[in-house]
Amino acid sequence: MVRRIGCYVLIAVVLAFFAVPMLWLASAPFDAKPGLGLRWPDWTLANVSATFDHPYALTSLVNSLVLCAIATVVTTVLAALAAYALSRVRIPGRDLLLYLLLLLSSVVTGTAAMVPIFVLMLQLGLINSQFGTALVIAGGMLPAAIFILKDFMDAVPRSYEESARVFGAAPRQVLGHVVLPVARPGVATIFVWAFVNAWGNFLLPFLLLRDVGQQPAAVLLRTLYDEGGSADLSVIPVFSLLYSIPVVALYLFVSKRYGFRFHGGVKS
Amino acid sequence: MDSSGLGVRRAVAFVAPALVLVGVFLVFPALWTLYIGITDYQLTGPAAAHPRVVGLDNVVNAVRDPLFTNSVWLTALFVLGSAVVGQNALGFALAWLLRTVRPGLRRTVEGLVLLAWILPGTVVAYLWFAVLSRDTGTLGVLLGSPQTAWLVQYPMTSLVVFNVWRGTAFSMLLYTSALAAVPPSQLETARLMGASAWQTVRDVVFPHIRGHVLTNTLLISLWTANDFTPFLLTAGGPNHRSEVLPVLIYRQALESGQLGYASAMSLLLLVGNLAIALVYLRLLRRRA
Amino acid sequence: MRRTTVFGLLAVCGLAAGCLGQPQEGDQARNAGAKEITLTIVANAAAGGKNARGANWLQNWVIPKFTELQKAKGVTATIRFEQNGAGDEDYKTKVALDLKTGGGGDIIEIDGIWLGEFAQAGQIKPLNDVVGDTDWDGWNQIPRAVQGLGEFDGKRYGVPMGTDGRVLFFNKKLFAQAGLPADWQPRSWQDVLDAGARLKALPGVTPLQLNAGTAMGEATTMQGVLPALAGTGRPIYENGKWQGDSPGLKDVLGLYRRIYDGGLGDPVLQQEAKGRDRSFQLFSQNRIGVLLEGDYFWRSVVEPRNGVAKMADRDTAVGWALVPAERPGSGVGGQDFVSMSGGGVRVINPNTRYPRQAWEFLQFLNSAEAVRESLAGTAQLTQRQDVNDQVLKGDPMLTFVAEKVLPITRYRPGLADYPKVSAALQQATADVVAGRSPDDAARAYREALVKAVGEGNVG
Repeated sequence: MVRRIGCYVLIAVVLAFFAVPMLWLASAPFDAKPGLGLRWPDWTLANVSATFDHPYALTSLVNSLVLCAIATVVTTVLAALAAYALSRVRIPGRDLLLYLLLLLSSVVTGTAAMVPIFVLMLQLGLINSQFGTALVIAGGMLPAAIFILKDFMDAVPRSYEESARVFGAAPRQVLGHVVLPVARPGVATIFVWAFVNAWGNFLLPFLLLRDVGQQPAAVLLRTLYDEGGSADLSVIPVFSLLYSIPVVALYLFVSKRYGFRFHGGVKS
Repeated sequence: MDSSGLGVRRAVAFVAPALVLVGVFLVFPALWTLYIGITDYQLTGPAAAHPRVVGLDNVVNAVRDPLFTNSVWLTALFVLGSAVVGQNALGFALAWLLRTVRPGLRRTVEGLVLLAWILPGTVVAYLWFAVLSRDTGTLGVLLGSPQTAWLVQYPMTSLVVFNVWRGTAFSMLLYTSALAAVPPSQLETARLMGASAWQTVRDVVFPHIRGHVLTNTLLISLWTANDFTPFLLTAGGPNHRSEVLPVLIYRQALESGQLGYASAMSLLLLVGNLAIALVYLRLLRRRA
Repeated sequence: MRRTTVFGLLAVCGLAAGCLGQPQEGDQARNAGAKEITLTIVANAAAGGKNARGANWLQNWVIPKFTELQKAKGVTATIRFEQNGAGDEDYKTKVALDLKTGGGGDIIEIDGIWLGEFAQAGQIKPLNDVVGDTDWDGWNQIPRAVQGLGEFDGKRYGVPMGTDGRVLFFNKKLFAQAGLPADWQPRSWQDVLDAGARLKALPGVTPLQLNAGTAMGEATTMQGVLPALAGTGRPIYENGKWQGDSPGLKDVLGLYRRIYDGGLGDPVLQQEAKGRDRSFQLFSQNRIGVLLEGDYFWRSVVEPRNGVAKMADRDTAVGWALVPAERPGSGVGGQDFVSMSGGGVRVINPNTRYPRQAWEFLQFLNSAEAVRESLAGTAQLTQRQDVNDQVLKGDPMLTFVAEKVLPITRYRPGLADYPKVSAALQQATADVVAGRSPDDAARAYREALVKAVGEGNVG
């Protein structure tokens, strides 16, 4: 009995730990005098209308959706294919390659790589291109995505595929009809993970997308300052809230349909 | 072991698109960055027009630079505290405890933990400013000491707590799935034999999930070691006391324009990541 | 598979090998007679964000007006405005990358302090080289000192965009409570410290705010170290050498020590990531007595309608005073009072396809009418004397700056090494605020300085 109570107390503490910081997002957007702290707000909708009046607020959210959708789909599809192949077939040097790529991805997502990336994109003519920027973002995420998905694929029982092949299924069908449905929760998780990562990416869109009408929300959020660099707290909370809603919505959707787990939950 | 009937050629075809993308947009710029690390390239100023190859000078300067060694130490602390210990422990604890809880409560807790992971970095920084700032910060108000500037007086502790909050979701998810694969019969046996929770975890559960512990630890360590979000909270301050490596590299590259030096430091960070990965590989081999 | 990867890499390498090539050189009159032109102006301003007013002016007045003027001459002009709203360092990186790769807008707005670095990197060229003849009657309206913002090594690179001045702002209400006069004008550092001591008696009030530490970046140097240093007699850069751990610098660090160790300032505030923002908020809440800032503070921070930390009673509650030298007569040039100024510059991209037209556009941007329009009814120090005379009449504080501060102010040296020196100065103040002795901090500063600029350049 004591153990049960202890368990619930711990959960309550954890709940509070995670919930309290998020309260700012619920109060500051509607506060007439927002500050960098939690307070009972002077309820007002003026901040919301000020944000919607901002000429690029909604455009940037749409841009973010487009950019992240492309990056996420590219990452998920390519990673699923590659992970499946790497999981099932012993290509020489596969493990080494995977680790190497994982490590190199840390260099490329740092700020030191910005000149090479910029010049590369310039030469490829992909500056100011949503598609190009999405490809760069996808490139940075692929190693980790393949790494995680390969673990998933390893856990999908081979007996299914063998049975399917006995029944004469071609490899494409095996992948599409047998393996993917079992690995679906994992793929869905990677999908959300990739989307979240792309959603928060600031440096690449900032450097590669010149036209302010094309910039995603991540870049716009950093521009909500005045000339001297002081934060404009009447717009930032509302915009942060708007900025967060799509990712949360995506997570809820995926979690409802596919479950947010790493394994299909089918016994081997 | 090719149960899928793919054959090597088709497997290569499956992997090729990913490899091309990675080759062009990741490997090429990464190698180029490492090349810049052996020059004295700067973004502006005379060195921008005529960069010279300086060989390993940048690396040597970095290793001798007290700011760099400070940064390495802080990064190690950050990774150990928030990832290896913090996220792992909390993630596992949550996965373990939530198994036996009502579904409604379980979904709420999981949802909140995941929300912390999903929210964009800039937004999360503002949320934690609201908690940790002086005078009006929630933590100060709750503990009755509003005058404490948490981010200034306890910068690394604040960052560690923040990162545990931010990243536990991944570990929790991974362990939940891993625990689901532990045969319930063994857990039942342990319970009947009167084993305590700790003994059950150590003797029954751990052997099954050992591989997952290692995978999880590797990934979250790499992600934490390269995480730039601390910059948004403390800007590396006060006085470099929370300047983890990604922040130092950013400041050298953008604020000082010293791209050659920053690239060399990226190389050293890479070497550090490599060390972590090698340790992981060694432990993984031992399991098999 | 490995072979294809190698081939792929080689192919991309070959492609990229051409990418670090030299930007185009052309003659100054290229496309001078073109009937269709496109010009792009790049600025760190964004509608709804940073410098929204400037962005508005460019988009809604400048571009239509100039397009019309060109049409009257039979030229179809498409003028584009590339907006940015990022932090200064991020913007600078973007501009540098553009200029390096031969791209970027035709007219680019940069901070005057970056001029030297870009010039030394060959990324911008003197106006005469890019455009040819740069005669313009506007030059007569821009004071010599302000023109200096757009010059490097004796050559003109661009036209300045305006300037500012730094003063001491103080809260008259707190002064009244502490028994200090409303027309306060200190004549020495000691006067300031004395006022601080009186303010200390008021509960919950931080007497003085002199920017310190590395968190505030350039704001520490410009609104802290450099005005104080100017008060000790020598500028930071003189006769080809940067000031090292001179007695003047040690005095400055000593001043910091007396403020932050003696309870006259808030050391923790200097170390917070958003310390500067918070100091503004605290001042507007009547919790800071004296603050050293530029006129930006008056115009945009405590401004009653749209300021980020607005004070409804700004006009009666906020006073201003000249920054005193250490002692009367000990300032640079023997001055009793000192100040520092900065400003932006518009330069022409050497790779522009339409140099003559770009120069025409630049002249238009700096014409009296355009500059007046850019203020949109507010008051601000512009680069033109004639406009200043007109618009500053209604604002006593800005008139004060134009008449009393600009004649005594100094500018930062626009050299490539300046950011490193600034970083070393910030670090020195951070050391003192953290508890090191001024002598120690000065010695560490000298070491950092030598490492940054070389022994031969330290005086």
